[in-house]
Amino acid sequence: MRRTGLERGRILFAGLLLAACCAACGARSCFAAGSLLNKEAPEFVRKDLNGATLNLAHYRGKVVLLNFWATWCAPCQVEMPIFSAWQRRYGPQGLQVIGISMNEEAAPVRRLSARLKLNYPLVMGSVQLAERYGGVLGLPLTYLIDRNGRVRARFQGQTDPIAIEKQLRLLLSQP
Amino acid sequence: MIAALAILLGPQGKVWAAGQWASPSPESALSIPKAQLMQPEELNHLLITRGAQKPLLLDVGFRMLFDESHIPGSEFVGPAARSDGLSALRDRVQPLKRSTFIVIYCGCCPWSHCPNMGPAYHLLQSMGFTHVKALYLPENFEVDWIDKGYLTERGQ
Repeated sequence: MRRTGLERGRILFAGLLLAACCAACGARSCFAAGSLLNKEAPEFVRKDLNGATLNLAHYRGKVVLLNFWATWCAPCQVEMPIFSAWQRRYGPQGLQVIGISMNEEAAPVRRLSARLKLNYPLVMGSVQLAERYGGVLGLPLTYLIDRNGRVRARFQGQTDPIAIEKQLRLLLSQP
Repeated sequence: MIAALAILLGPQGKVWAAGQWASPSPESALSIPKAQLMQPEELNHLLITRGAQKPLLLDVGFRMLFDESHIPGSEFVGPAARSDGLSALRDRVQPLKRSTFIVIYCGCCPWSHCPNMGPAYHLLQSMGFTHVKALYLPENFEVDWIDKGYLTERGQ
């Protein structure tokens, strides 16, 4: 099958992005949920903590940073103010941060969200949602989803935010 | 930034805090003596070896993570960072002989930040259990257990 120059360029870009991701976060983590990489992000519709409906599909056209976290996860609490800052900084370029809490109850999530003054929507997670994303078996866990709704990067565990931001900026620069 | 906040491990399990070496708080997993840690490969070997003495495996972490995946045969007790989790652990082991071989594990987050392992270990120690091991999962359950291909099962 002959590929057009555009197709070859897309494949090359995807390969480079995957290689960069794995160099940044460690190959074991990237390939642990390798079945999701470069595939459509599993869709979900949930109520956020304010009662509004959050539908992942509505964020097509934006780069989505999907962060699984919990109030008992100390490294998560280091990351979240950074994600808030990115939402402010990169929001006009098309970034949307979404937090998915793996807490069992919403009350501590609301308290921490208020304390950290988070500026992005939060929803409560579930076993089913976690499994659709390849399993959430250690926090923090962050996915980057491109403007076309495809998973482009996965960062498992405590990760240098510079590595995440680098991938984020790359995706924001893509149509 | 995370690196700057990381806790530095020092001699004899000391941590670098506030400009000096100090003993970690009892709530920290870092307070568990190294001799009481069990490496993942060691536990997996025990589990797959016929005739080996099997420990009582207790998950002292969080429900949703346990329901997704856990070590076969392990029992969910609950997060030992919370009083209800500690009570559940106390109730579960109270009738047991103090020589019972117990392995506790969590894997919710990096070892140095785990809120559950320290309280669980110290409770068992205070109750007089003499054969307790803490499964050492440096990063988390996914990276240090699942990614290594060790045994798992799912469900409640």
